[in-house]
Amino acid sequence: MSIVHVLERLGHTVDYPEAQTCCGQPPFNTGYWDEARVVAERQMAIFRDAETVVLASGSCATMVRVFYPELFHRHPREAEARALAAKTFEFSDFLVNRLGVLDVGARFPGRVTFHDGCHGLRELGSKKAPRQLLQHVKGLELVEMTEAETCCGFGGTFAVKFPMISTAMGEVKCASITGTGADYVVSNDSSCLMQIRGVLDRQGKSTKTLHLAEVLAQT
Amino acid sequence: MTNREIILGRIREALKVSAPHPVFHTGATEQPLFTAAPQKWLPPVGQTPGEQIDLFRQNAEALKAEFRACANMNEALQHVKKLAAVGGWKKIGRHRGELTDAVVRELGLVEVQTDHGYAVDDLESCDAGLTECEALVAQTGSVMVSAPSAGGRALSVLPPHHVVLARRNQLVSDLGAALQRVQEKFKDKFPSFMSFISGPSRTGDIERILVLGAHGPKKLTILLLP
Amino acid sequence: MNVYAKEFNESARRYTADLHHRDLIHKALSGYYAKRDEFKNRFQSWSGARDLAAEIKWEAINHLDRYLDEFVSKLEARGTKVFWAPDAQAARDYIVGVARQHQVRAVIKSKSMTAEEIHLNDALEKAGFEIAESDLGEYIVQLREEPPYHLVFPAMHLTRQQISDLFHDKLGSEPTNNPEDLTMVARRVMRRKYCKAEMGISGANFAIAETGMISITENEGNARLTTSLPKIHVALVGIEKVLPRLSDLALFLPMLATAGAGQSITCYNTLYGGPRQPGEPDGPEEFHVVLLDNRRTELLADAEQRDALHCIRCGACLNVCPIFKNVGGHSYGTTYQGPIGSVITPHLRGLQDWKHLSQASSLCGACTEACPVKINLHHHLLHNRRNAVRAHPTLLEKLIQFGFVRMMCHPALYQFAASVGRLAQPLQRWLGGTILDPVRAWAKTRSFPPLAKKSFRELWRERKAS
Repeated sequence: MSIVHVLERLGHTVDYPEAQTCCGQPPFNTGYWDEARVVAERQMAIFRDAETVVLASGSCATMVRVFYPELFHRHPREAEARALAAKTFEFSDFLVNRLGVLDVGARFPGRVTFHDGCHGLRELGSKKAPRQLLQHVKGLELVEMTEAETCCGFGGTFAVKFPMISTAMGEVKCASITGTGADYVVSNDSSCLMQIRGVLDRQGKSTKTLHLAEVLAQT
Repeated sequence: MTNREIILGRIREALKVSAPHPVFHTGATEQPLFTAAPQKWLPPVGQTPGEQIDLFRQNAEALKAEFRACANMNEALQHVKKLAAVGGWKKIGRHRGELTDAVVRELGLVEVQTDHGYAVDDLESCDAGLTECEALVAQTGSVMVSAPSAGGRALSVLPPHHVVLARRNQLVSDLGAALQRVQEKFKDKFPSFMSFISGPSRTGDIERILVLGAHGPKKLTILLLP
Repeated sequence: MNVYAKEFNESARRYTADLHHRDLIHKALSGYYAKRDEFKNRFQSWSGARDLAAEIKWEAINHLDRYLDEFVSKLEARGTKVFWAPDAQAARDYIVGVARQHQVRAVIKSKSMTAEEIHLNDALEKAGFEIAESDLGEYIVQLREEPPYHLVFPAMHLTRQQISDLFHDKLGSEPTNNPEDLTMVARRVMRRKYCKAEMGISGANFAIAETGMISITENEGNARLTTSLPKIHVALVGIEKVLPRLSDLALFLPMLATAGAGQSITCYNTLYGGPRQPGEPDGPEEFHVVLLDNRRTELLADAEQRDALHCIRCGACLNVCPIFKNVGGHSYGTTYQGPIGSVITPHLRGLQDWKHLSQASSLCGACTEACPVKINLHHHLLHNRRNAVRAHPTLLEKLIQFGFVRMMCHPALYQFAASVGRLAQPLQRWLGGTILDPVRAWAKTRSFPPLAKKSFRELWRERKAS
């Protein structure tokens, strides 16, 4: 809902096609590309007439922008996949790089550290945008953690297929986070936040997790 | 079918399907993309000889080599005498050459000359190895040696202290220039051994901590003559 | 699950719980990161350098037959004996044959991952030859009778205390906490061996087609000694090591040093173009180059993943991989560790047996970012996953995927599943972590977040209604 609020505050019309379900990343990542294609084709149809598609998650945005063209390479619907890829954006990328907006009129007093979700960072090249947005939030103090770019360990089904590795990575990430003394860790990927929250809670740490959009929606 | 035919056959079969070409950074060029000169991406090298000597010194010293620009042969000789005294040298390995001949003249050490072969144990028990070189590379602080310019393969690596004598006109800007130099000098008749030496020998194998003098020389001294 | 996957999981479980290991690796790598960045920043453009390096390797690999032929003919013209080895057995047999022919007793070896790959040491020992590893890290793991932990830093996982104990145990040396003293122990031992060995075996970092030379990169000087004193030098070279021209080294040597070890340039970069030539004071009487295929041509045939053969074995991908850092090099259970190992091992040793390495990744992409020749490493892990499933779909997984697709094509089903999840939450909390917990793989070590009371869809509908 936060994304809706922010976009409307900036004067845009937001629609949410209720028929949508999932971008198809889980089957894609596990190697079931035919199945992923079925789900993707459905999404492509739903968003065919949309002007712009905005996503809360770096990993879902990556699936559409980077992997739909690969999934449909040499497929009859390749052009359609590319068309959707071209008009789909992760939320912070959309605000900063498409709308040219840095200040969304948000206020959020608190000490915040930002975790770069890997897909957003490396597939979409999004490093500055989230930080620029946070820097313009009134009252917010942004601190950088060591190894901000190191993966939190979620990785989709990896988290449950290799839980011991995933957890170790989560522990390393949480040590970086708590090392900053920040009250909040913010990210543009909910999966990362779920992983981080899961480990922090087990460790009894008080650091709270928030999605970037939730911070930007605060006034 | 010979092994060669088997392997080449596999390769040719595999290459029937083409692989996507990587995207080249600076856009279209006339020449084949892979032949572009790397100089514009690599670390910068000084323009003037003076800058290059400074850069060489900086880099060589960062690698823990000792570098000294000598005004003349006598200064070089005195320095080597000092090294020999401080190091308690008794035996020095070397090859015949314009510069090495001049330096050993007054050293008064037992010499093992490698030019016509040598006994390994003799060279192994030398306190130092004295050689000339093919080039000095400013960009990296490296000494380029070869079998003919440095008395073979082992002389510059077996004794614990390697001393190199070089002339100003042997200083080149970067690795590419050094390689070009030897290509022009030897044409097709390359020596069997050429090496870029960048500092004394070292290892990081124990806890990734740097230790000098692993198997090769623990000390490297580079003396630059006019 | 096959035996390799089982062993991987067991090893990963042990290492990920080992906080000493985690800490040691972290310390070992922090110095590397700082130095690597320092030297990368000296490049006028690291990204331009990567593009050119990728371009050069593309040229070499996609014209491999031509460049290999040129390499071999130049080598042979100067008296080198070249052996084309289609597989590991052929390479082993040839090298053992050379040793036998020359009545070699002692062999000294410098670092070669290719030799690891074909289990050369084993073959030589079984044939009765004494073989010593001269590289300090390799010597250490040889004494410990374990495989190398990392492509470039074989003993990275050991503390100086452990090395001191090892040397004291096996060599009778004085215990010491000083890395320099430990290094000197190895130096003294090796010096005798260089001087006595009849045969030296090396690998090669690059094979220069234009001039018929191999290039060996090292810091210690052991490779130079291995190839200077013994009367026979055998170099084992993977066919993918080819570079078109001598001048290409001007780019690759600094990049290899920076990406691989955080150095501006490695201490010794040596070019070998033949046996001792007339007039040369020393050097081997015979120089043999063994060109190894061993299924590299299968990787070559996979055009989508062919760029994995561009690898210059720098180890940069290992150094940045969070999986590698947590499970450690030994968990991989195969010669090549880390991301590159996970990509190529299925091709070199079998997809079904080794697909688990491609699955054990969060696909963070740090490897691809670090690779000096821009191999699309993390995407190849996805490709391996897809290929494994296509070749051998498992019934259970197929069913799960089918169920997933049905659910995603029918929003009503999806919403139903979500509300079931919401209702079942308190039950999950109660069962949390036990055998009955459906999300046990997660909940054993992490808390499960409470699902939102209302889904976005519900909130949206409420908004529309008001």
